Amino acid sequence: MAEAATRKPRGKGAAPPAIARDQLLRAYRDMLLIRRFEEKAGQLYGMGLIGGFCHLYIGQEAVVVGLQLCLKPGDQVITSYRDHGHMLATGMEARGVMAELTGRIGGYSKGKGGSMHMFSREKNFFGGHGIVGAQVPIGAGLAFANRYNGTDRVSLTYFGEGASNQGQVYESFNLAALWKLPVIFIIENNKYGMGPSPERASASRDLSKNGAAWGIPGTQVDGMDVTAVKAAGDEAVAYVRAGKGPYILEMKTYRYRGHSMSDPAKYRTKEEVQKMRTEKDPIENARKLLIDDGVDEPTLKAIDNEVKAIVQDSADFAQTSPEPDPSELWTDVLHEA
Amino acid sequence: MPIDIRMPALSPTMTEGKLAKWLKQPGEMVRAGDVLAEIETDKATMEVEAVDEGRLERILVPEGTENVTVNTVIAVLAGEGEAVSAPPAARQVAAAPAAPAQARGNGAHPPAAAASAPPSSAPERDWGPTHTVTVREALRDAMASEMRRDPSVFLMGEEVAQYQGAYKISQGLLEEFGPKRVMDTPITEHGFTGLAVGAAFGGLRPIVEFMTFNFSMQAIDQIINSAAKTLYMSGGQMGCPITFRGPNGAAARVAAQHSQCYASWYAHCPGLKVVAPWSAADAKGLLRAAIRDPNPVIVLENEILYGQSFELPTDEDFILPIGKAKIERPGTDVTVVAFSITMNLAMAAAEALAAKGISAEVINLRTLRPLDVDTIAASVRKTNRLVSIEEGWPYAGIGAEIAATLMERCFDDLDAPMVRVHGVDVPMPYAANLEKLALPRIEQVVEAAEKVCYR
Repeated sequence: MAEAATRKPRGKGAAPPAIARDQLLRAYRDMLLIRRFEEKAGQLYGMGLIGGFCHLYIGQEAVVVGLQLCLKPGDQVITSYRDHGHMLATGMEARGVMAELTGRIGGYSKGKGGSMHMFSREKNFFGGHGIVGAQVPIGAGLAFANRYNGTDRVSLTYFGEGASNQGQVYESFNLAALWKLPVIFIIENNKYGMGPSPERASASRDLSKNGAAWGIPGTQVDGMDVTAVKAAGDEAVAYVRAGKGPYILEMKTYRYRGHSMSDPAKYRTKEEVQKMRTEKDPIENARKLLIDDGVDEPTLKAIDNEVKAIVQDSADFAQTSPEPDPSELWTDVLHEA
Repeated sequence: MPIDIRMPALSPTMTEGKLAKWLKQPGEMVRAGDVLAEIETDKATMEVEAVDEGRLERILVPEGTENVTVNTVIAVLAGEGEAVSAPPAARQVAAAPAAPAQARGNGAHPPAAAASAPPSSAPERDWGPTHTVTVREALRDAMASEMRRDPSVFLMGEEVAQYQGAYKISQGLLEEFGPKRVMDTPITEHGFTGLAVGAAFGGLRPIVEFMTFNFSMQAIDQIINSAAKTLYMSGGQMGCPITFRGPNGAAARVAAQHSQCYASWYAHCPGLKVVAPWSAADAKGLLRAAIRDPNPVIVLENEILYGQSFELPTDEDFILPIGKAKIERPGTDVTVVAFSITMNLAMAAAEALAAKGISAEVINLRTLRPLDVDTIAASVRKTNRLVSIEEGWPYAGIGAEIAATLMERCFDDLDAPMVRVHGVDVPMPYAANLEKLALPRIEQVVEAAEKVCYR
């Protein structure tokens, strides 16, 4: 455990490629889909078609896409309110996600949840939770159900570095370690909570060690490198699926946009953001890897076009799908007994 | 000076116990802190420690004696060199000084009626023969029945497994169902409640025991924001079949943080169902229904009721519908609406009113959300007068809700303004006299009924 907990961030070249070419192609496609989707969502927000809070995932794509490659059917994913990327990565339809953002009946929650509250039982995506940290014990509970039912499914429970200071997160660490629950706690450290950088919010300098008191192994990962994410994810999933208990992955990542659409992100310089975009962009780097590996431009171009078409279609659908019928106000409050 | 050692109360609601074992024998020297004896209650086995030093002079209650009333002198300690000569009989406390529930004076239930004459609690449907059981046993049986019926039902909470429940509600469940389905949790309500909600999303049917509902406040975000709202926010995809249960309301002499009623808090929230059983039949029937319900259900129990006995149908399939109130006592002059322990007040007040020539119809609400407005309204159309009782605070309380609803539903049927009997609008005081004043009392119900009848 000590060894795992003190492992340094993985970078390119730190380990042999853990990712086959077809997987990297899929990762590239999925990351690009999230990027283009989020850009479009930002646009629609600017046009007043999306309301309320809207937290974009731009910059962090490698985390969720890399980890999704490590999963088997039936494994669950749960996250916070910055959730569009997770939904697309689990295979949820772009149409349904975008239509939920615009509050239409074609959305995953029939327009009643919005950006922060979407779910898909079919894709084992359990939300989409708006209260900081609340999804963490719930994710541990999904793992509890897996073990109770005697399956080898694992629960991927995502939260931000801001949530990592919450009491219920530590209560969940304790319960998961006490009961050896098959859950991977993924701390997406995008460097900024709503504003304060982690140094101003937490006395912990290595969040991957935050479970050390309970003996939970943790690894810091270069969350901007999809191959590093995949490699670390494989290790964590194997550990957890084997019944050894929970695991922590701290993903060092970076969001390019503000905390939400209404955040001008003045707590950092434009130069800082630009440097990350040019040097560390997960999509650009994956593209370079693919070209180095002999993938030709037309193949990549075809992916770009496919993604563009999906996103445009989702935006069209999200504007043409009707608003929910007024009768929907009263439905889904309770299940009929 | 000889020192009397008395039967201690080991919990706020203990009235008697079994003197299981003496660990010191007459003639032995005792120092403060030494364990003198072991006492068993229906909840736990506890040790009695000496407070004073001296020689154990005489044991007045032999080990193995059951039903030893709290405050009975059980032994006599002599100071060094002293001899105690008074005969044991003379040292027995004359008429054990009032059972603690009375002595502590919350006055919330009629002592005689509750103990000796269990009020009728026959369910509307005739379920056939009955037997007498405590509310505690009824709750345990409800969980056991549902756990036998459905393997996805499990119980978690503080001390529910090895200790058999802080109030011994889960007695025997660990033995029957094993540690996989009866799980002790750490004292972290926020975390384990969220975990249970996740387990429910994952297809299980958790029963979460709060040691008392006071501690559910630590977890209220998970109860409201996660359990109650997610079905709606997911457009109907994410049901949360979960039961939250535990004692609610005032216990006795535990002061403000451990004595409050959550009826109005939880009944306020769409996405939840809330039940508040009074009798053993309520407890078993409603808890079974709660566990089977596909929605989150709050089951507000009452510590003081746990030990009270009622008639309960022996039929294995006995269950009650959520959302239906019960007319426990028909009457014609005034409708008295109550729930949980305040039903004891309502029944006693109805008896007192009968003696004064006023016929009270007593409605046991059983469910607080959804409220059975039809039954209340039908009764009010008959009696034209209404009194509500609750232990909770009046502001935005259950009585307030009933008043508003009845004004909308049967304003023209009311011959007098409704009167609410309720807990006083202050945090619960500790002092015995103040606590008694803070809780609703029988005479207040009688006065309220007389007032709405213009008597």
